[in-house]
Amino acid sequence: MEPADRKYTKDHEWTKLDEGLAVVGITDYAQEQLGDIVYVELPQPGDTVEQSQSFGIIESVKAASDLFAPIGGEVMAINEELVGRPELVNQDPYEGGWMVKLQPEDEVQMDHLLTAEEYAAHLETLE
Amino acid sequence: MSSYIPSTASDRARMLSAVGVDSVEELFDVIPAEKRYPGLALPGPLSEIEVRRLLRGLAERNADLDHHPCFLGAGSYHHFIPSVVDHIVSRGEFYTAYTPYQPEVSQGTLTSIYEFQTMVCALTAMDVANASVYDGATALAEAGLMAARVTRRYKLLVASSSHPTHRSVLRTYTQGMGIEIQEVRRSEDGSVDASHAQGLLDDGVAALLVQSPNFLGCFEDLAILSDLAHAVGALLVVSVDPIALGLFKAPGDLGADIVVGEGQSLGSPPSYGGPYLGLFACREKYLRQMPGRLVGMTTDANGRRGFVLTLQPREQHIRREKATSNICSNEALVALAAAVYMAVIGKQGLRQVAELSYHKAHYAAERIAALHGYERLLGSFFKEFVIRTPLTPSVVNGKLWDRGIIGGYDLTADYPDLTSCLLFCVTEMNTKDEIDGLVEALKEIAEEG
Amino acid sequence: MMQPLLFELSSPGRAGCSLPELDVPESPLPMDLLREELPLPELTEREVVQHFTRLSQLNFSVDTGFYPLGSCTMKYNPKMHEEVARYAGFTQIHPWQDESTVQGALQLMYELQNYLAEITGLPAVSLQPVAGAHGELTGMLIMRAYHLECGEEGRTTVLVPDTAHGTNPASAAMCGYRVATVPSDQRGNIDVNELDRLMDQSVAGLMLTNPNTLGLFEEHILQVAEIVHSRAGLIYCDGANMNALLGIAKPGELGTDVLHLNLHKTFSTPHGGGGPGGGATAVTDEISAFLPTPVAACREPGGADAQDAKYYLDYDRPRSIGPVSGFYGNFGVMVKAYAYLRSLGESGLREVAENAVLNANYILHQLRGYYDLPYDRNCLHECVFSGKAQAKLGVHTVDIAKRLIDLGFHPPTVYFPLNVDEALMIEPTETESIETLDAFVAAMRQIAGEAQRDPEAVLGAPRTTPVGRLDEVGAARKPNLRWHGDHFLEE
Repeated sequence: MEPADRKYTKDHEWTKLDEGLAVVGITDYAQEQLGDIVYVELPQPGDTVEQSQSFGIIESVKAASDLFAPIGGEVMAINEELVGRPELVNQDPYEGGWMVKLQPEDEVQMDHLLTAEEYAAHLETLE
Repeated sequence: MSSYIPSTASDRARMLSAVGVDSVEELFDVIPAEKRYPGLALPGPLSEIEVRRLLRGLAERNADLDHHPCFLGAGSYHHFIPSVVDHIVSRGEFYTAYTPYQPEVSQGTLTSIYEFQTMVCALTAMDVANASVYDGATALAEAGLMAARVTRRYKLLVASSSHPTHRSVLRTYTQGMGIEIQEVRRSEDGSVDASHAQGLLDDGVAALLVQSPNFLGCFEDLAILSDLAHAVGALLVVSVDPIALGLFKAPGDLGADIVVGEGQSLGSPPSYGGPYLGLFACREKYLRQMPGRLVGMTTDANGRRGFVLTLQPREQHIRREKATSNICSNEALVALAAAVYMAVIGKQGLRQVAELSYHKAHYAAERIAALHGYERLLGSFFKEFVIRTPLTPSVVNGKLWDRGIIGGYDLTADYPDLTSCLLFCVTEMNTKDEIDGLVEALKEIAEEG
Repeated sequence: MMQPLLFELSSPGRAGCSLPELDVPESPLPMDLLREELPLPELTEREVVQHFTRLSQLNFSVDTGFYPLGSCTMKYNPKMHEEVARYAGFTQIHPWQDESTVQGALQLMYELQNYLAEITGLPAVSLQPVAGAHGELTGMLIMRAYHLECGEEGRTTVLVPDTAHGTNPASAAMCGYRVATVPSDQRGNIDVNELDRLMDQSVAGLMLTNPNTLGLFEEHILQVAEIVHSRAGLIYCDGANMNALLGIAKPGELGTDVLHLNLHKTFSTPHGGGGPGGGATAVTDEISAFLPTPVAACREPGGADAQDAKYYLDYDRPRSIGPVSGFYGNFGVMVKAYAYLRSLGESGLREVAENAVLNANYILHQLRGYYDLPYDRNCLHECVFSGKAQAKLGVHTVDIAKRLIDLGFHPPTVYFPLNVDEALMIEPTETESIETLDAFVAAMRQIAGEAQRDPEAVLGAPRTTPVGRLDEVGAARKPNLRWHGDHFLEE
């Protein structure tokens, strides 16, 4: 189900370390709830985001949701592809639909996030 | 029973039975007894004949522009309205329609708004325009808030030569948002003092807001102001007179980032101040920060072209407290009037309206300025100009009214340094005879002393 | 049939209007300021009329059919109002004219203010806001100004029920407030215990709608008022649902401190496809000083002969929040609301509320059992059903809405309020006949049956409209917001 190589939050974000940077995106459950994504508003490289604070907005036709940072850090890169092709988030939420790469302020924050199993259990409670 | 309520006694009996109550009053049991049926001290009901007589009586106690030459402008204008406009907006399918949330049954409204948006872009030379906001004043206020959102800065510079009420509404709208407003002085010729603007512009400023032609009728040098604003990363917001844009360069070609304006001149009468029409347009890159409704083109499953409200997630019904604005409606019917006006007056006609207004205003200004005791102040203008009068402006206007003429706007309260001045407006609706009549009257008034 | 756009019909050289020749000498034009291109269409009057007339025929409207839109009060728009609003004495008056020359207009505004004060039980009224949301912003700015004057800068939060219309939190946010949500209880009222827990010194007030967006009267309203007022908060009432209370109860007597009305809902002025409207705002005496400037006033109230009364615009309001509009509000809309109130009088208004409420309850009882009813109690002027039973069969509220179109009705309000799944909010208003209500009920029952036996009939709807369901995703991903055809506007 959910890829085991990363951590999750109750707000349906995922994050995994890749060459020292934390890549962040939303889960399959989230993209399905939102419906067809029409726009993703992301921060700029250089911005700082705090853990659990909103770092952007994701819009579908019927909803607009905040994106909450799983961990805090500095934005090092954003996925420019999402500008022209926001549907990538629907099609490939765990790879092509990645959103930002952060320089973690403290990698320890990742330890407190949910594992894939814990996240799956959380989803059960929402059904 | 009023004629607007079709239910007869037997209809009601049937419904009461279905609902399972003996009387309608029972349905209000949920309201605390002591608060129910308070009794309203209102005048009694009237028949249609009586209401029409009553309203006609009220209307006739107003001196109207059909019967008096008028030289008032200052944010509301007497321009030609082709008969076609009212004919179209009087169609029940347009004026009794709801907001087009169900696009399949609202293609009439949606198509006309798309056309309106297109023509506003054409006039202003901007990339995108919304379906309108309430009026020119609130459009300026929304532009100020938008500039703050876009730049994440919280200072606004607004020209003192822009409409006083628009500036006040801007203050009203920003009072809870932690936004500071500073005014930029006028220079001798009535336009924005560019060096004062430059002095105030810094990297804390979200936008410089100016109006052209400004409240005093004068043109602003938008190219210079745009450079100054952009040099510090601030936006340039320009408030326009859409009629002027029939003749003069569009702000989009001169560096404006957001263009707003009062669209009443496009097919709506002065109507004692409302309903009016807020024009709102901006650059493509700021699209998602734009307030208000937007209509977009799309297709259905069979490839047929259609129009829908789009980018609604920015709006209040989805984003709620994070919306770009709380605005829920536009001025749809007034925007429709503007679309019909622009369609029927067309490329040639709008230019002609602007030229007629320009030449008539300049003729009037020249003749008045030549009168002993009167002086024209400030620089080059479009259709409004400032005249210093030999008597107190309110006295001059009173004596003009004695002659059945509605005079100019008294600038005393808004611009105390422009002592004893009236702002006159002349449009294509003023004939040469009316203008000559005004000049004659002013001459006599000065001589009477 | 697809309608070409104005720009597709345009042809160089066509003109729609004749303007007079210039009758004064020309003055030199500032050549450096002239624009080169003016890309407006060129059409004759005949083409313009044909175009817009055909467009109008693509619209559903109150004049052609039933709009059971909850919270919108799509009542019939009397034609007499259209006629009187067009008298030149109303349309052709300039807002800066000397007050002595527009006494009729000022009298109308003053009297309308008074009538609305009487109806709401709130004595001070501003006609300046031009829409409901505009009135909300005005009301919340007043609330803010009041607390600041009392030295209560710490009141930075506003409470809003989970059933609130989206404009409520949006308006509060535009005043700089933080918004906290109060849940509803099992009976659809605002949860009084939760309100009690949340209401403290950091809260400026509560924004309430009563009856609420479930169409239900707040059963604990007096207790709600007590909780908020005893802790020095104010109550803002969203008056969108006033149609249920005309002559039945006054919000001012139910704890409301500030309220906005929708002239284009309750007071029959037409919706216009999305405006112009009127958002008159009424407040208690205690906070009347904060109303927007100016307000219509009278120098000799109740003078011997109404003709002698001197009506004027009162600008002398130093504690006002400032103007919220360029002028005095939508005067043209006020004329229609005024004519409506003069036509109906007290008895007429009470009949409006009674019939609106009876009609809504009739629909509630006729549809009960066919659709899930989340709050099983009598409603006021609107009722809320849930399409969740049908959703389990794969037929969602959006599909039900589209199918209603094929059956000749405008859909009700859908997916609102947010605390009801697959919500369908139905407000018939008092101006619909029992035959129309029965036909609507029959259509809804038919769709419920189709959801079970023939879902495709619903899912493929609408089939009878000029366009089918439109690609809203595509419209949002690649926005096309103006015509890009060539020889028109360049990219």
